[in-house]
Amino acid sequence: MSVEFRKDLFADERDDDLNEIGKPTQRQDMLGHVTGRSPFYDDHLFEGLLHMRCVRSPHHHARIRSIDTSEAERLPGVKKVIVGSDVPNNLNALLSLLDFGLDDEPLLSDKKVSYKGEPVAAIVADSERIARDAVAKVRVDWEVLPHVLDVEEAIKPGAPSVNGAYPANKFIYHGKYDHQKLRYGDVDAALRQADHVIEGRYQMSPIEQAPMETCGAIAAPETNDRFVCYTATQGLFFSLGTAAKLLDLSSARLHFIGGTVGGGFGGKVDSLHEPLAILGCMLTGKPCKYMFDREDEMQVGAPRGAERWYITDGVMNDGHIVARKFIGYFDAGAYTRLSSYAIIKGAGHLPGPYTIPNVYADIYCVYTNRTPATAMRGFGITGVDFAIENHMDKVANTVGIDPIELRILNAYRDGDMKAHRREAKNTALIECCQVAAEKSGWQTSDWVKQQSSLSGGGGERGQLPTHTATDQHGFVQDGQSGSYGGGSKRQEKSAYAETAAARAAPPAAAPPLRSMPVAQPPTQPARTPEPVQSAPAPAPATGPTAEPPQPQTRRSPARFSSISGLRRR
Amino acid sequence: MSKHRGKGFACINYPIGMNLGGDPSQALVHSNPDGKFMVALSSIDLGQGMKSVTRQIAAETLGVPVEDVYVDTADSDTGPHCMGSFASRGTHRVGNAVIQASQEARAVMLEAAAEEMEVNAADLMTDGKGNIHVKGAPSRSITTMEAAQAAQFKQGKTVSGRGIFLIPLSDVDPDTGEMTPVSCFAHAAMIVEVEVDDETGEIEVIEMNSSYEVGRALNPRLVEQQLTGGAWMGMSHAAWETTEPYYPERDHGPVDFNHYLMPGPGDIAPHNIAILERPAPDGPYGGKGPGEMCANPVLPAVVNAVFNAVGVRIDDLPVTPEKVLRGLQANGGAQPQARR
Repeated sequence: MSVEFRKDLFADERDDDLNEIGKPTQRQDMLGHVTGRSPFYDDHLFEGLLHMRCVRSPHHHARIRSIDTSEAERLPGVKKVIVGSDVPNNLNALLSLLDFGLDDEPLLSDKKVSYKGEPVAAIVADSERIARDAVAKVRVDWEVLPHVLDVEEAIKPGAPSVNGAYPANKFIYHGKYDHQKLRYGDVDAALRQADHVIEGRYQMSPIEQAPMETCGAIAAPETNDRFVCYTATQGLFFSLGTAAKLLDLSSARLHFIGGTVGGGFGGKVDSLHEPLAILGCMLTGKPCKYMFDREDEMQVGAPRGAERWYITDGVMNDGHIVARKFIGYFDAGAYTRLSSYAIIKGAGHLPGPYTIPNVYADIYCVYTNRTPATAMRGFGITGVDFAIENHMDKVANTVGIDPIELRILNAYRDGDMKAHRREAKNTALIECCQVAAEKSGWQTSDWVKQQSSLSGGGGERGQLPTHTATDQHGFVQDGQSGSYGGGSKRQEKSAYAETAAARAAPPAAAPPLRSMPVAQPPTQPARTPEPVQSAPAPAPATGPTAEPPQPQTRRSPARFSSISGLRRR
Repeated sequence: MSKHRGKGFACINYPIGMNLGGDPSQALVHSNPDGKFMVALSSIDLGQGMKSVTRQIAAETLGVPVEDVYVDTADSDTGPHCMGSFASRGTHRVGNAVIQASQEARAVMLEAAAEEMEVNAADLMTDGKGNIHVKGAPSRSITTMEAAQAAQFKQGKTVSGRGIFLIPLSDVDPDTGEMTPVSCFAHAAMIVEVEVDDETGEIEVIEMNSSYEVGRALNPRLVEQQLTGGAWMGMSHAAWETTEPYYPERDHGPVDFNHYLMPGPGDIAPHNIAILERPAPDGPYGGKGPGEMCANPVLPAVVNAVFNAVGVRIDDLPVTPEKVLRGLQANGGAQPQARR
């Protein structure tokens, strides 16, 4: 095990004479970490803290005929059984805060479930043990539906429809296509002229982020009509915004505290715990904790999604790759979460760090009846890098060139044009290849040793292709393929919201939160509960709740212009 | 029956920050009456050292010792907005916001010092040890504490600064995929040596040799920690982990660490790392984010090493003994490739 700094490389681009930068300063929080005193979310204990456990689907895909919570509610120590109708705005897409996809996922499902482990009710109880016992007492009448687990099966005609917002099981990109396209030059023409056509199929498996500290949050009523939420989130305001949306609360009433997290690796972005913990707190007036145990973390918590990639390369005898074609399938699981974003990130990454004059990609975000996927270290990149670099080894083997030499032969250099049509700058792939070879004692040719990222690029390699073959395949006709596109989409959405609002009446004790005004006069005594005391439920049933449920007027923050092309129509 | 060694290679680049941009982060910096600075953020320290790297960036920019700076983060009432700690964006985005905020606070501090010393602020410099002095005349100096006190108690100035860093959101062409994904890329190359047992199908990672280009190692120990841990994670992805061992079927999903496999202390391979630094033009002091990319080259390097050792291609992760044995069976036994 050794670490060396190659200060000799790129030395003229760097000022190494700085005061603090480049110093191995110890972390300011180190002492707290090594003595076990750093405050993580679960260290914030409250007297009378309530605990949550979710009732989860045992089926991959099923309709919910009814949920009977009466026996669970009678269990001593159970304070509340929360169901979907208790969630003020029970439909969200994580990326809607970035204006990047239709709302497609309930916090607690009440009509159907689309993956094994999907939550349909949440027990709030005096102890975790009581909450677990109560989970077992909730009776759900399921109507099991056919399910689909394979990405390529899921997009065949007649496959079970997993996700109500995307009935054909494919995310819609830019309001136009059922996949993300990358088109640069003419791949098919180049493949016809290549000396070798080399194909491969690659499968990246689902992986758990496996942080030491499992996902969770503790919420408590704060004075001044607010809620404080201690959280393990990786995005403080991301989770705050998601909670505000789902609970139809002003962000002014939310006070989020986090920042010291026991590992994330991407798995603490989904913001499932904060809204549910706050809702438990709103409905009971007591501090409330919702955290995953390890089994939840591994099977219900979103993993790095599986990816399947097909690569076809056109290669000349001298090792130059003249064409590279990708067909990719991201397994999003049942809901979008962040997968639609990762695919565009992946598209911008193709064809890897190489200058290839003809590149083509169709990448599909596919819904299947499995746990929704989410971010993980290298999101959108790790899976396709596995495919590309595995494939590069096959290409080297096929044309009989050393694998490192093949990389350098095709490596991108300063001034080259990339397939997403931007110039390559600040590149260093070649130097990395040379140094790794040297360290490992891998023999390379003199030519390999002489190459540099700083020279040999640009010129003709920096030009856009004279001709790019484009196509319309996968075009989503407005209103023709199910419900995609502008007007018809919106109608379907409102219809969903209306049905959601009009479904079974909430349990008698539940305050109808849906119409709760955003700003309440601070003088209302019921709305200023103390954190550690038993306080009445925050929203009195006598409040201005007589309005009939209405289609949601969604607060879609105008932070970002439309990418999906759907939300702004 | 025997064991075969092989080496596999892979190289990658990695985009730094959220794809397409549109992901701002903010920072507020202020001094207490003694010239000790507080950096307020809402960014998350996942263990990667967010608080440390922003602290060093603030100290460097302010021109004060690192002990005079603390970072307070992730209270939504006091910390300004940050998109979050993901997409290798922390160092790049938050670091730049901290630089901007620190520059503004530094300017006030130097103005205050200039007024006290009756010189032009443009002629002043900091020594990074708590002193401000006239360029070329180190004896004509004032401490940062005196400057901060003068600003707040005599001149009525707040020694504070605001910073935000935003790369405006890029469009995406639906027909060609034209876009500006990110502004900055890190790089890596990895050589993994494995030993494959052709009787059991088990693989052992013998050694890893790598090079990572990180723009600038703002804190070399934190970079080392990221690269070492990240490469371990890549090795684990390649040959151990999955939540769905029979994907796409969902059966036999692990529910604890007895069934969810990861390399233990005895499985960790020696890893020799070379760190290259080609500063990113828009990175804070040239820094890129090393956190995510360090795992990526290991996965393909492992399967390429297995091929080099026994001639079996594993295209479905993870590499399991079962897959190796089935491959050996299909090939009629081990077919070692050229030694490297």
